[in-house]
Formats: sequence, C-alpha cells, structure tokens
Amino acid sequence: MVAPLLSLRGISKRYGEVRANQAVDLDVAPRSIHAILGENGAGKSTLMKLIYGVETPDSGEMLWEGAPLALASPSAARRRGIGMVFQHFSLFETLTVIENIRLVVPGRTRTLVTRIRELGAEFGLEVDPYAHIHQLSVGERQRVEIIRCLMTDPKLLILDEPTSVLPPQSVSRLFDTLQRLRDGGVSVLFISHKLEEIRAICDHATILRAGQVTGHVDPREHDAHDLARMMIGRDMPEPPPKASAKPGETRLELIGLTYAPDDPFAMPLKNLALTLKAGEILGIAGISGNGQAELSELISGEIRLPLEQREQVQMMGEPVGHLGAADRRNLGFSFVPEDRLGRGAVQGMSLARNSLLTAHPLGLVRHGLIAMAQAADFTRRCIADHDVRTSGVEAEASGLSGGNLQKFIVGREMMLAPKLFFLAQPTWGVDIGAATTIRQKLVALRNQGVAILVISEEIDELFDICDRIQVLSQGRLSPSLEARRTRPEDIGRYMIGAGTPT
Amino acid sequence: MSAALIWPRLVKRERPSLSIKILAPLVALMAATLINLLLYLIMGKNPVAVFHAMLLEPFISFASFSEVLLKTGPLLLIAEGLAIGYRAKVFNIGAEGQFIMGAIFASALPVWYPMATGQWIWPTMLLAGAIGGAMWAGITAFWRVRLRANEILVSLMLSLVATQVLNYLLLGPWKDPNGFNFPQSVMFQYDAMVPLLIPGTRVNASLLIALALALAAYVFMQKSFMGYKLEVGGLAPRAAGYAGFSEGRAIWLSLLIGGFAAGLAGAAEVAGPIGQLQRSISTGYGYAAIIVAYLGGLHPIGILFSSVLMAAIYIGGDNALVSADLPIAAVRVFQGSLLLSYLVALAFVRYRLVFARSASGGAS
Ligand SMILES: Nc1ncnc2c1ncn2[C@@H]1O[C@H](COP(=O)(O)OP(=O)(O)OP(=O)(O)O)[C@@H](O)[C@H]1O
Ligand SMILES: [Mg+2]
Repeated sequence: MVAPLLSLRGISKRYGEVRANQAVDLDVAPRSIHAILGENGAGKSTLMKLIYGVETPDSGEMLWEGAPLALASPSAARRRGIGMVFQHFSLFETLTVIENIRLVVPGRTRTLVTRIRELGAEFGLEVDPYAHIHQLSVGERQRVEIIRCLMTDPKLLILDEPTSVLPPQSVSRLFDTLQRLRDGGVSVLFISHKLEEIRAICDHATILRAGQVTGHVDPREHDAHDLARMMIGRDMPEPPPKASAKPGETRLELIGLTYAPDDPFAMPLKNLALTLKAGEILGIAGISGNGQAELSELISGEIRLPLEQREQVQMMGEPVGHLGAADRRNLGFSFVPEDRLGRGAVQGMSLARNSLLTAHPLGLVRHGLIAMAQAADFTRRCIADHDVRTSGVEAEASGLSGGNLQKFIVGREMMLAPKLFFLAQPTWGVDIGAATTIRQKLVALRNQGVAILVISEEIDELFDICDRIQVLSQGRLSPSLEARRTRPEDIGRYMIGAGTPT
Repeated sequence: MSAALIWPRLVKRERPSLSIKILAPLVALMAATLINLLLYLIMGKNPVAVFHAMLLEPFISFASFSEVLLKTGPLLLIAEGLAIGYRAKVFNIGAEGQFIMGAIFASALPVWYPMATGQWIWPTMLLAGAIGGAMWAGITAFWRVRLRANEILVSLMLSLVATQVLNYLLLGPWKDPNGFNFPQSVMFQYDAMVPLLIPGTRVNASLLIALALALAAYVFMQKSFMGYKLEVGGLAPRAAGYAGFSEGRAIWLSLLIGGFAAGLAGAAEVAGPIGQLQRSISTGYGYAAIIVAYLGGLHPIGILFSSVLMAAIYIGGDNALVSADLPIAAVRVFQGSLLLSYLVALAFVRYRLVFARSASGGAS
C-alpha cells in the first residue's frame, strides 16, 4: 500500500457539550478522491475544518506526507498545499471576484484575471472576475470558491458539499475537473449527500455517524441504498406517495411579471407567467443565475414593484406586487430562502430568537414584548417535529450543522400553516433521510390543500414531488409542463434556452 | 516546522461568557489608568497625587461625588439613546449637535417669555428640547433613507451646523441686552429650572428622568419586539428584509430615539446647572457618550456603570487640573486611551489567544 498523503489518528473535537468528532482515524491516499459520508451533524464539516487549520483538535495527531502536522491557521494549511471550499461561503460580499481572490492568491491583477478566465474555461467554472460577490447567485459564488482554491495549486483539495447548488451540467464538468486533478497528482476530500455522485467519482469513502467513524468502504462496491443504511444506521425512509392532484382556487399568479434591475449584474425578468392553485406543487427548474434569485425576491416581497405594476404578482387573489414581505406573509404566505445563514436565520442569535423572525404572529409577541416562554416552546416543537439535531433552543444558529439549520428553517416556515408555501432549494445540504422526510411533508401539505412553489436545481427532486414544472432560463419562464408527461430531456432543452414543445 | 518561535494567534470563542464581557471594560480601565499614570510620570507630575485627585477624590468627597452624579445624567441619557442605534448599526455620531439643538429649543421658552411663571415651564422645556434633538437627528434620517447618504458624515457635520446656529443666536437675537455684550442669553427664571434632587448640591431631578429612561431602554432593547427588529437589522440586514422588517423605519427610529435623548440632555443642562443658554453648554458630552455607549457594551445596564465612570473622569480631571497641575487635554487623552484599551479588550472577548503547538499537545 502506498504511504498516505494525510493521516489522522484519534482526532477529537468538542463544542461545549457536543462531541463533534470522537477519535477519528482517516487516511487519504495520494491521487485519490475520498468521500466523507454522514448524516446532518455527523461532524463532517468539523473534521474538514480541523484539517484546514480553521479549528484546532482537542486531541489526536495529524500526519502530512508522513511528518507531524500542526496548523496554526488556514494560511498555514494553504502553504502546505491544502485548499478548502467551505459549505458556507467565505467570500466578502462587497468585494469583487478578483479582489476576493487577491486576498488569498499573490500576483498581479492582470495575470490573476487571465488565470481566472483560463481555469474557468478549462473546468467549466466561468465567472466574471469583475462582478461583485453580492450580485452572484449561490451557484456562481461556489464557482468562485472553487476557482480560488484551484489557483493555489493544492495537493489536497477539500470540498464541503460543492455540488449541492451546482446545476447538473456543472456537476459533471466539476467531476471531470476533479478526475483530471486527481490524475495530475492531487487528492480530493469530497463531502456530498448525493450518494450517486459519490459512487460515480470517489474511490474511498469514510462514514461518520455522531462524530465517530463507522466504516471505511469502497463506494463503487456498494449501492446508494447500502451506503445510506451505513450512514443513518437504519433503512431509508420510503419515497413520498403520489396521489392525484385536486387543484383548488388560485393562490399565486404571475401575470407578465417584468423586472429590470438597477444592478447591471442581476438578471432581468421578462414577461413571466405562472398560475399555482391550492393542492398543487409547482416546480421551477433551471440553473441558478438565470433569474432564480430575482424571482424569489419578487415573490417574497424583498423586492417590491412600483404601484403601477402591482397586478403582476397576485396572491390569494389580491394584487401584491407593491407589498413588502411582512404584508405578504400576513396573507398566508411563507418562504424558505436559498441562503440560510444571514437571510433565513440570524447568525449570532439563539434558535428561540430565530423563531421570532417569522413566527412572531403566532403569539410569540404580547403587547409589543417578546413572550420568551412561548418562543422557546415554539422552538422546542420545531426541533422535535422536524428532527433538528441541536443542543436546544438556546443554541446559536451558526453552531448548527448546515443541514440541521435548513431543517429548522423549513420547519419554522411549515409551522406557520401557510396557504402558499414557497421554497428555494429546500433540500440543499440536507442528508438523504431528512431530504426524503421534507419531501414527504411537502406532499402531505399539498394533499391538505396548500399551494407549494419549489425552486430547485435538482431535477430528480422536482420530478419526485411536483405536479407541474416550469423552467426558468435567461430570465424567461417556459410554459407549464405536466411532470408525469415530461421527460428530463425536455426540461434540459428548456434549460439551455432551446426548448420548444414537441 | 517545530519552529522555535511560536506566534500566538487569535481563535474565535464559541460563545463569549458573561464574566469576560464584564471583565473586559474593567481590564480596559486598569490598562488606561496605567498608561496615563506612566504618561504623567514622564511629564514629571506626581502619579500618586494625580491618581488620588483623578480616580479616588470623585468618589471620596461628597461634593465631588455630587458633581459626578450631575455629569452622569446627560452622559447616561445620550449613551442609552445612541446604543439603541448602534445595535441596529445606525451610527449616529452627531449627538453633540442634537444636544445643542435640544438646549436651543428648551431655551426658546424662557428667552421669549422671561416673565412667565408656573411649574409647567421646566417640563415643557425638557419636552421641547427632546423634540428639537429628535428633529435635528431626523434630518440625518431623512437623507440616509432618501439618498442613502452616510449617516456618520451627515450627523457629524450637522453638529458643526448646530454650533453655528447657537453662535448666531447668542451673538444676535438671543443675546442678553443687559449682558455686557457676552454671547449668552438672559438668566432663566426660577420656574424654568429643574427642581433640585439633593439639597446643597447641583444634582437635579433630570437624573431621575435619565434613570427612568435607562430602565425604559432596557425593556426596549432586551424585551420588546421593536428592539428585536432593530437588532436583527444590525446583525443581518438580509434577514430583516426576508422577515419584512423595514430598513427605513429602523433608521428613522434609531436616529429619532438618539436625537430625543440627546436633546433632552441638552435641555436639562440649560434648565439645570447652567441656567442660561451659553456657548459652552456642552463639554463634549455628545462625543464622550459614544465612548460611554461602547464601554457599556451597548447594554442598558452596562451603560449605567460606564456613564458614572466617564463622569468621574471628567470631575477627576478637573480636580487634577487644580491639585496636580495637569494640562487641560489630560481628560481627553484619558477618554481616548480608555476607548482604545476597550477596543483591544473587546477583541479578547470575541477571540482568545492560543499559542499554537502540535495537535497532540493541545490542552484538553
Ligand atoms: N461552532 C460551533 N459551535 C457549537 N457547536 C457546533 C459548532 N460547529 C459545529 N457544531 C456542532 O457539531 C456537530 C457537527 O457539526 P458539523 O457541522 O461538523 O456537521 P456536518 O456533518 O457537516 O453536517 P451537515 O451535513 O448538516 O453539514 C453538530 O452537532 C453541530 O451542532
Ligand atoms: Mg457540514
């Protein structure tokens, strides 16, 4: 056996009462794409942060090319040839792409720009080097993160859920990239909840459960079902049952929605039309950056239209285009945004205080004062009903693992008992068991007569739960397609903008 | 690799404990005191005498302590108001101008009606002052919300404007005709003065008002939903947008509260210890209150302590001026070094120092 590039022996890390990693052993071989598998909160991100020098282990030992490794900081890790893309991005929003990259990579701007363009073209990770980060979609930001890593020529590349927001085309291009990097002598540590992806490109997999290693396997020798069972320690939940739709009254209607953003990097929307009825799930497919962010803010009320255009967005039969987010929520609308930290939840606040954010009308505020007992109670129910793994209602939102925070936000919005429920990337970063549960709950809500709109890049997910699908591409929305009578290829054709119904 | 030189580095704390949050300002105070005493030593002053005059005297002698209480009032008021805005990340730096406007608005009544009598006069003046301060801050809010003009610059520059308005009034229309041409208004009548609280001192009822408003600020910031909305806007503006908390309303509210409190403080100054409108109504209260707000951790209870401390530094500085022959700038230097020490200490509230060693050697 070849000497490993990186070895961990007995690595442990605690956060207060939570044992995020317990005596973890791990060997990463040279030229290997190595998967880390585990449920939400299993400790995958924590382990990666230890390897990248963001956190220091409480005990245990790390060996890099056979010699002991002590990392004081990420920059020390980068000097050794370890690069990482975080699950929650670490880009400065007010800076441009090139400015962000220059913070980490030395060199003249001109040469860096050329390199960004080259890498982008080579690996299918195109971005505009001069765009500001806050103008980019989540998918585009991830591209920037990956490019930034590749620019330091790492020997070990850590990718924490890199594919969760990438569209399928980019995923296969990324895999191509990773395979080429591996052939060039780079090892990759790869975290994903999509087991098929792991089976497709990884040659090793280490499985974590509750902070401990429960197995090292070759993922190519096991099917996704097997892997899932090793991960969660029991059988996978059943996929959601499909009942025939009985659509009721119209809950959401876009009538020629047109939006010309001030921001030159945002996507203008042209003449969008859709109708969503009670008891239906409508999916919006497409690659993020095609107007998804703008559309979700226009529907949620974070962007308001001028009064003359208010008819273009109708909720529960009322024109609402000019109304703000709070007024739309009062009509029975609730919303799970695509980014959870800083938008769906406030980082530095406890979960109980994060419940207040949108659930305050449910008796969590009395006479203008916060009813803390009620807020805690609401939060406890949300944690219990939606299987949020956390130390309790006082845990800070930023201390939750990515998937668990998402489960909390989805749970909170579901508990508002919406008439119209809108989710952007609902299962992004959520483990396979929990994702299935969320989908089941969405289907159950549909059967109870809730109107549900889902924006997702995962076509399989949309086919799983949607009655109808429309594709958003280049700021235009395709006609509505019956999910049962549509093939993934048809969606794909609309996604590249070549769609004409056959 | 096993480097002889081990650089300490900052590691983020999972959650700053309460004790360290309280410890930080105390350590900062000690550090600032040491630095300043060292400075006095270099200047050839007797540090023991300075220390005694500056930091002990204000608390030992009753006369001095009553002056400390007198100065606590305006600092407490202004800082409580500012802290609400700072938590919402609305940086009102112009409390000084709002303070002056408050003083001007309050003075209008006794200047125009010097013969009026009745117990209603001083409360009306306080209210007028508070409204004047809020209106002055409202100008900043208007430009910030309408034009996205930076509130730091606008509020700061409006302070300079307020000073000029004050000068204009005192040199022109409001000048006391029998005042030997001094730039000051008439002395206010008895009913225009806030009643005294402790006989034999200058401490007046406005301290009680300040304490009551500190309590109100506590309820507002820690318990009310409105305060929560402001805090969300400060911590995560996009989350506030997502929940539908209006940004414009938060800016208006933050500035109006700050201006109201500063204006009230200004009114209480002219209707209290000063008793007329003068050029020197403020000794930099509006700026010192910024330090007070941060030193108190932007927390209503913390500010209670930091305002007493800052008031003591004012009085102690005056004492040292006389008894230890300290230059007049000493108080400002002390205030500045206190703020700097606190900012450094704050870094250790959020981060802890780690001397990096190999992973296996780490403390457990
Ligand atoms: N900064 C922190 N403070 C407190 N607890 C934390 C912190 N970071 C992680 N944890 C806890 O450690 C555990 C492991 O978290 P981690 O983020 O490593 O999970 P994960 O496997 O990456 O999950 P996911 O798939 O949801 O991203 C969780 O229980 C989490 O709540
Ligand atoms: Mg994670």
